[in-house]
Amino acid sequence: MRQPFSRALFCAGAATLALAGCGGSSTPSSSGAGAQTGTSDPDLSGPAASLTGAGSTFDQPFFTRAFYDYNQKDSGVTITYASIGSGGGIAQFQAQTVDFGASDVPMKASEIAAAKGGTVLQVPVALGGEAISYNLAGVAGGLHLTGTVLAQIYLGQIKKWNDPAIMSLNPGIILPSQAITVIHRSDGSGTSYIFTNYLSTVSPPWSSGPGTGKTVNWPVGLGGKGNEGVAGLVKQVAGSIGYVELAYALQNNFTFAAIQNAAGQWVQPTLATVAADAAQKPAVSSTDFSIVNEKGSTSYPISGYSWVLVYEKQTDTTKGTALVKVLDWLTHAGQADAQAVDYVPLPANIQQLARTTLQQIVDSAGTQLLK
Amino acid sequence: MSAGYVTGGRDRRRLTRHLRLGDRAYRRVLQGFGVFVLVIFVAVGATLFIQAWPAFKHSGPGFVTGTTWDPSHAIYGAVPFIAGTLFTSAIGLALAIPIGIGAAIFLAEYAPRRISGALGMLVELLAAVPSVVYGLWGFLVLGPIFQNTIEPRLSWLPFAHGAPLPVGLLLAGVILAVMVLPTIVAVTRDLANAVPATSREAVFGLGGTRWQMVRTAVLPAIRTGVVGAVVLGLGRALGETMAVTFVIGNTNAVPNSLIAPAQTMASLIANEFTEATEPFHASALLGIAVLLLVIAVIVNALARLLVWSVSREVRETV
Repeated sequence: MRQPFSRALFCAGAATLALAGCGGSSTPSSSGAGAQTGTSDPDLSGPAASLTGAGSTFDQPFFTRAFYDYNQKDSGVTITYASIGSGGGIAQFQAQTVDFGASDVPMKASEIAAAKGGTVLQVPVALGGEAISYNLAGVAGGLHLTGTVLAQIYLGQIKKWNDPAIMSLNPGIILPSQAITVIHRSDGSGTSYIFTNYLSTVSPPWSSGPGTGKTVNWPVGLGGKGNEGVAGLVKQVAGSIGYVELAYALQNNFTFAAIQNAAGQWVQPTLATVAADAAQKPAVSSTDFSIVNEKGSTSYPISGYSWVLVYEKQTDTTKGTALVKVLDWLTHAGQADAQAVDYVPLPANIQQLARTTLQQIVDSAGTQLLK
Repeated sequence: MSAGYVTGGRDRRRLTRHLRLGDRAYRRVLQGFGVFVLVIFVAVGATLFIQAWPAFKHSGPGFVTGTTWDPSHAIYGAVPFIAGTLFTSAIGLALAIPIGIGAAIFLAEYAPRRISGALGMLVELLAAVPSVVYGLWGFLVLGPIFQNTIEPRLSWLPFAHGAPLPVGLLLAGVILAVMVLPTIVAVTRDLANAVPATSREAVFGLGGTRWQMVRTAVLPAIRTGVVGAVVLGLGRALGETMAVTFVIGNTNAVPNSLIAPAQTMASLIANEFTEATEPFHASALLGIAVLLLVIAVIVNALARLLVWSVSREVRETV
C-alpha cells in the first residue's frame, strides 16, 4: 500500500526534489564538517548499462524512488531492484545472478566465503530507527521508557502498565492497571534485528535469553507481519506496545515513547536524533556495524544501517563503472530521496566512508572504477 | 470419411492400422500426462527433502518433538506449528461440516428452486474470494467482534481461558470454516441432487416425511461423496497461509487455550522465509514444508480409509 502511494507522491514532488538535489542545500547532516560532500550532483553521464539488484524489503521504498530519479538524470542507466528479502538477496548475490545485493544485516564471514565473485565489499546505504508505539487509553503521548524497562516488558517480567518500574519513569502520567500486550514482528526482519540488538545491548537478561536476531524466540506477545501488521495489532489491542520502523511511524502519525539514551536524556525518534546517534560511530564496518545506544545527548538509541553488497572486482568494466557511479550517487546526493520517504539520510562521515569503500572497486585489469 | 474408404479389405486393414496408431499415440499422451503429475509430486517432495536434510541432521528427532523454535540460537522444534495446524483445521472442520451439510441439504431438498439457484451461486462465489481478502476481513472486522463480544462470553468453556485478543486459534478456525464451507456445500448439494427421484418417491410412497426421506434415501447414498468433500476442504484448511497469517497471532508456542495466539506450519513459512539467513533457518522452514506434506498425505490416507469403511458398510446394509 505504501508503494503506490510513495510513487504517486514522488511524481507530484519530482520537480521540487530535483531542485533540492541540484540546489546543494539538502544534505541534512547534523554533524558539521564535510557535510557538503554529497550535495553537488556529480557528472552522471556515462555509457549505457542495465543493472540488477535484489534483497532487503526495508530498502525498497527508498531504492524505487532513488533509482527512478537516477534514471531521470542519466537515462542510459536503468536499475532493476527486486525486494525479495535479505536472505534471497544474499543468495542471489552469492550466485552472481545480480550485480548488487542489499541486506539489513551485513553478510557474515561464512556467507562471504560462499560468494562466487571473490572479495565482498559492504556499503552502508540507508539508515533507519525504530519507534516504540503504544496504545494506552488516556495516555496520548509523553510516555517515557528506558531500555531496561523495555527489555523487562518484552521478557514478560513487567506485566501491567502501572508497574512501579514504569510509574517511576512517568511521574506525570496516571497509568491504568491494565495488562501489557507485547507486539513483535512475526516475519524475519532487519527491524527486529535492530530492536533485539538494542535490547541485548542494554539488558544482560535479554542478551543471555532471546538474544539478537532477525527472528528470535519471543518469550511473550503477538506477532504481526510487517510494519503494517504490528501497527494494526497495536491499534486494535488496548494496552499494547510494539516497535515499528521510524519511516512507517512518521508517515502514519503514530504516538511513540521517548527513550532514555546512553547520556541519560529522553529522546524522541526523529530523523535528526537517529542521524545524531549514527554520527557517533564513524568507523562502522561490516563486522562492527551496531550503532544502538551510542553516546551523545541527542542520540536516539534504537537505530541501524541497511547495507549494499558489491564485489570488489568487477569483470565487466562498463557495468562496473556504472555500478560504482550509481552507488556513489545513492550514498551521497541520492540520500535526499531517502529523506523524502522518511529514511534518515546518512551522516557526512558515513557518506565519506561509503565513498572510500567504493574506491576499492576495480575492474579485471586492476583499474579503480570510481573516478 | 468417404463410404468407399472402408469397402476394400486392404483399405480396412489400413484403417485399423491407422486407428491403432492414433489410439496408441493418444494412449501415450495420456500416459505422459499421468506420469507428469507423478513426476511433479515426486520432484517437489524430493527437492524439499534434500533442502531440508541439513536441518533434519542438525536437529535430529528434536525437529519433530521439540517445542522451541529459536532461529537465532539455531534451535528448531516443529511441535507448536504442527499443533497450530491441526487445531485450526479441526476447529474449521468442526464448524464447517454440520453447517455445510445442513446448508447443502436445504438447497437440494427444501429451498424453492429460485432461492436455491441464487444461494447456490453465492456459495460458489464464496469459493472464489481470494484468501487474503478473508484474512483482512477476519483481522479488521471479525477480530474486534471476537475480542469484545464473543471471547469474553466463552470463559466458561474448559479450554478458553486467557485474555481476549483480536487474533488467535478460534478466529483462525472460524475463518478456515468460512473458506472450507463452499467446497462442502457445493459438492454435497450436487451429490444430493444426483440421488434418483425414485428413491425419494419410494420413501414418500411409504408415507415418510421429508426429513425421513432425507435421512433414509439421500444421506446414506451420498455419505462417501461427502467424506470426499470434507477431505477436499481439509486440504485447503491444512495448507491455508495468507488468511491464517492475518488472524492466528503468529506466536511460536504450543497454544494452551482455544483463544490463545498460535502459528501454523504454512503461516510460519510465509512469515519467516524471506529473511531466513540464520544457520539452518531456511533449511528448517523447508523441513516444516516436508512435515506439512507428510501430514497431508497421512490425513488423506486416513480419509480414504474412512471412505472405504463407510462404503463397505453401505454395501453390506444394502
